[in-house]
Amino acid sequence: MANKEEILEGLAEIVNEETGVETADVQLDKSFTEDLDIDSISMMTIVVNAEEKFGVTIPDEEVKNLKTVGDAVNFIENAS
Amino acid sequence: MTTLKQSAPQQYSRILGYGASRPDLSVTNDDIAGPINSSDEWIRQRTGIVTRQRASENISVADMAIEAAQDALKASHVTGEDIDTVIISTISHPYATPSLATIVADSIGSRCAAYDISAACAGFCYGIAQADALVRSGVARNVLVVGVEKLSDFIDNTERTISFLLGDGAGAAVVGASAEPGIAPTVWGSDGSRWDTVGMTHSMLEIRNRDFVENPVQEGEKIWPTLRQEGPSVFRWAVWEMSKVAQKALEEAGITADELGALIPHQANERIIDQMVKTLKLPDTVKVGRDIVDAGNTSAASVPLAAHRLLQENPDLSGRFALQIGFGAGLAFAAQVVVLP
Ligand SMILES: CC(C)(COP(=O)(O)OP(=O)(O)OC[C@H]1O[C@@H](n2cnc3c(N)ncnc32)[C@H](O)[C@@H]1OP(=O)(O)O)[C@@H](O)C(=O)NCCC(=O)NCCS
Repeated sequence: MANKEEILEGLAEIVNEETGVETADVQLDKSFTEDLDIDSISMMTIVVNAEEKFGVTIPDEEVKNLKTVGDAVNFIENAS
Repeated sequence: MTTLKQSAPQQYSRILGYGASRPDLSVTNDDIAGPINSSDEWIRQRTGIVTRQRASENISVADMAIEAAQDALKASHVTGEDIDTVIISTISHPYATPSLATIVADSIGSRCAAYDISAACAGFCYGIAQADALVRSGVARNVLVVGVEKLSDFIDNTERTISFLLGDGAGAAVVGASAEPGIAPTVWGSDGSRWDTVGMTHSMLEIRNRDFVENPVQEGEKIWPTLRQEGPSVFRWAVWEMSKVAQKALEEAGITADELGALIPHQANERIIDQMVKTLKLPDTVKVGRDIVDAGNTSAASVPLAAHRLLQENPDLSGRFALQIGFGAGLAFAAQVVVLP
């Protein structure tokens, strides 16, 4: 089971791969849309890759609750 | 006892030629953004669509299907007499019966077997799978497959989940016997557990009975089934599951992605296409159908329209392998590698 730090690191790699945002900019308090300029479509591809990487299920209706990087990290931590 | 005769099989089949019919109107994002509170920028960024092609009121699905059919016959160097089956994929022929296919068969001067299929955006690739099977089993010699839609008849301009994506048009192909393998095994299937993620707002019966539990209709209000979808959920299925289906189709064909001349995906959203290119790790040398930019999503017509255009713009693709993949309402999907004519 991955800890918060490992999840953040893995998530940052996915965000970088999918959108080109620097991994260093992917921090817990950052909002995907406001701070990282990630649109809902890129968010979907991030979610799909995160499910694969962390072996978790992130339901469609949950995606809109993941406003910040921290929300996503917490969700993945609790789901895994 | 006399033994029964069965039709004599052919070893191989191929696509002999593609045809197209592109309707008369070019509808911009600004033209449609108002009623859905959207913008040119939003639509371009999320879908890649700049304009979508639509047909004027006086142009019917039959008109477009016939034009594409004739174009495909010409490209395939065959006449109506050579065609012994017509398969049409459409969701926008406004009659449940009779089929559109018999009108098209008649228009090419044929009394051959003719029927419509319902597999929405996967329909053209479903049709190619059937045509391949009919030709190789010896049931048919030459099969005309048409994907045609006039989706603009089935949209609600104030609906924001799908209407802005949709366009009209027709694409066609003729499948016949071949000396060499020309159509690899089709990977196809469905997921009916997601039946309600893309489709019509109402059934015919609900409309007859004016029985709308969820969307009550005002007295005198015009009612008509229109398309809608759960966009994010369909998007996710498309990028995730369809890349796997595409990969499987390559394996079934016994080729690798770098051997492709072209990828011709259903034109649902350019961002889905981008993702598929990435997941399949397609090299830059592979040409990718991106007809969506000025045609929009034309459902069953999108794959043959994109194929037709790629071949016109890149004649050297002739003889190369192309991966065609259609996916959408049902949810239904089909993919196959073909040799481009
Ligand atoms: C339709 C599609 C482009 C919608 O994009 P999306 O990013 O998933 O849209 P969402 O529903 O998640 O909405 C994201 C935001 O955009 C807004 N939005 C949705 N549709 C909009 C539109 N047409 N114009 C402007 N804004 C829109 C939403 O209100 C939401 O805003 P909010 O974050 O402020 O709440 C996309 O889901 C898609 O392409 N799906 C697959 C289509 C497909 O393959 N269909 C197959 C059928 S053939």
